[in-house]
Amino acid sequence: MPFACIFVPDFPVQALLRVEPELRTQAVAVLEGNAPLEKVFAVNKSARNAGVEPGMTKTQLEACTGLILYQRSIAQETSAHAALLDCAQLFSPRVEDTDRDTIVLDLAGLEKLFGSFKQIACALARCVREFGLESHIAAASNPDAAMLAARGFPGVTVIPQGEESAYFEQLSIDVMAEIDIEMLQTFDRWGIRTFGDLAALPEVALSERLGQKALRLQRLARGAIRRTLVPIDEPLIFEESVELEHPLVLLEPLAFLMNRMLEQICARLEARALATQDLTLELELERGCARPDSWLDKKNFSQEDKPIIFTRKLRLPVPLVDPKIFLKLLQLDLNAHPPGAPIKKILLKAEPARPRPAQNGLFFPPEPEPEKLELTLARIAGIVGEGRVGSVEILDTHRPQGFQMRRFAGVAERPRENSSPNGNTHETRVVTALRIFRPPVRASVTVRDGSPSRICCAKKKDIDGQVLWVAGPWRFSGDWWEQEPWARDEWDVALQHESGIGLYRLVRDLLSGGWFVEGSYD
Amino acid sequence: MSFSPQFSDYLVSPRRPASAFIPGHGSALLGRLAAIPKLTGVKPASRLEVRPAPELAATGIPELDSLTGGMPRSCLSEICGPFSSGRTSVMLATLAAATKRGEFCALIDTSDAFHPDSAGSAGMEFERLLWIRCGENNKRKKSRDPKTAAVEQALRVLDLLLQAGGFGVVAIDFSDVPFQIARRVPLASWFRFQRALEPTSTILLVIAQAPCAQTCASLVLRLQSRQNLPGLGLPAHSRIFEGMQVEGELLRSRLMRKPAQSAHTSFRTKAVRAG
Repeated sequence: MPFACIFVPDFPVQALLRVEPELRTQAVAVLEGNAPLEKVFAVNKSARNAGVEPGMTKTQLEACTGLILYQRSIAQETSAHAALLDCAQLFSPRVEDTDRDTIVLDLAGLEKLFGSFKQIACALARCVREFGLESHIAAASNPDAAMLAARGFPGVTVIPQGEESAYFEQLSIDVMAEIDIEMLQTFDRWGIRTFGDLAALPEVALSERLGQKALRLQRLARGAIRRTLVPIDEPLIFEESVELEHPLVLLEPLAFLMNRMLEQICARLEARALATQDLTLELELERGCARPDSWLDKKNFSQEDKPIIFTRKLRLPVPLVDPKIFLKLLQLDLNAHPPGAPIKKILLKAEPARPRPAQNGLFFPPEPEPEKLELTLARIAGIVGEGRVGSVEILDTHRPQGFQMRRFAGVAERPRENSSPNGNTHETRVVTALRIFRPPVRASVTVRDGSPSRICCAKKKDIDGQVLWVAGPWRFSGDWWEQEPWARDEWDVALQHESGIGLYRLVRDLLSGGWFVEGSYD
Repeated sequence: MSFSPQFSDYLVSPRRPASAFIPGHGSALLGRLAAIPKLTGVKPASRLEVRPAPELAATGIPELDSLTGGMPRSCLSEICGPFSSGRTSVMLATLAAATKRGEFCALIDTSDAFHPDSAGSAGMEFERLLWIRCGENNKRKKSRDPKTAAVEQALRVLDLLLQAGGFGVVAIDFSDVPFQIARRVPLASWFRFQRALEPTSTILLVIAQAPCAQTCASLVLRLQSRQNLPGLGLPAHSRIFEGMQVEGELLRSRLMRKPAQSAHTSFRTKAVRAG
């Protein structure tokens, strides 16, 4: 049964450079530990060529010019590892999470889908590169042989069945992850440095001297170990995070980083034929640098030990998978709600959802494109203010202005009845519309025989004069069992204007006794 | 630039004999012109395609539809009139009819005067209506006239909506905006909106006190209400406001070959209280 292995060399460095690919050509070293005892944990090829090796102290690194130092980021390594798993699962449903930098996948039955093993391995390498990582790919007849080949040989390697020992002959025994330092020193003393040397040792003599563990290593060196793959079944989490060396103050560099992270998330979602409807942005902020007018003044400063997390959530009406749209929406949202303090860490989470199965008909009226609509609504909200754009939801109450604004989804059920294209089959009732004054205009009203006879409004000079005609009152009340009861008398009045007769709704608040012009009929 | 000898043969010059342009020679001339490689893509003006007449959509008011044929799509239509003339009623009826057809509509409410209960009574499907309430976000610019700022907001929003596309009707309500302010909207802006509308099937409906889009409007309708106030001799509590008698006059219609003169209609709106 054939297997393939994806191995990412210098994984901690590559995980960091995944978000900043322009630094790949430069010498980069990743440090681990607390200052001032930090030591080099991983280096890339350029740094290795410059003489930097894991285990060096920061003081030793001072001699190296042009070396870029990063602190190890577990969060970014987790994101890169998740991307690696996604990439493998794009090809095979049976994927083993062998290590943070190593993934083994079962290739059985994939030839008909993707071609020969060589083609599959090349496609895997391309796919991993698209996810922002450089990898070694190897295909072999058993998982361990594939893993050793991936660790030992750069690029793409395909080992035909039965030729493992020939391929591994010149491979250094350092490649074996299972070998411990003591055994390595023993082999070194014996002059055994390659897989070929180890495979040639007599089995009984090796077992007598070094035990069963050495025998297992020998079988590994011969490529003769058969084991069952342990496939993973992990929950789908689409997260990307970046810990920043220097806090970000401006939104522009933040957008630059978010763009990279969103591209990674969307690539992973697309790889699984998924989209997202809920996007969460969490920004960890620096203490003590908040703007005086920001929300941070009021919250969170009392809890000194906890990090300050600024969270923004985007809830989309339909699942999307376009990084540009997400970035623009986040930018518009952050412009409207700035974090208010320098940013230390960025975390982006996407909740996976099935993509929208949309099938438009030739004879259905056009609908706004969800992607464009979301951006347009966000831009309009930036112009008119949040909560002032959306659709109306009528509340189950008789209270005047009993409605609330809700999000405009741009998605609705299609009308059931068949209509002609120009819609002439519909009969719409022509209702006398009321135009509401928000807020209602306070009026001075002269009452004669129990009904208004003259109205005067200080704020609206049009509404001033003798009442020509009046109908009412219509008495309404409600919520007397609640904290905020209401009771009012409504009158329909006609006033003379220069351009004709104006019709208004006049209201008397029975609780306060005040008179208001609520709106005009038009 | 030098013309080819073939083309220069047909340049109009006093030296050419008049017989070159006599009837019968025209087709030969066109044939020879079409043979010139530089002119193969050029169509004679007489063969240019006529722009198709716009599709018309019902307003939901049969009397208005019989007068105008309906609201033209991909065009700008204006409904104007003084206070209490029925403009908002017509706008709500048009929007309600569009939402019932399954179209998405947008209402740019410059004065924040939309009354959802009236729209509900008119049969509006609210999940298909995008309501944009202008005017509130100008508190920082207190030195400016709030109505001017609201008009600016409304125009910016209109621009965004037309760019987004996909709406059946976009209505912009300038009813409470003084005509002096509405008239200040530059003609170039209306032209831009008209150009943005052309490739779409959107109806842009402008409600104002007087026509303000000038030549960009394909349909201009002026409304006037004739109030018959019933029960003048009766006490107030025994009267009821039943509705308005609205008269519509067609001021401009690009769909008709002749200018629309004295085309009138009238219809009645019904107050919610009157059932």
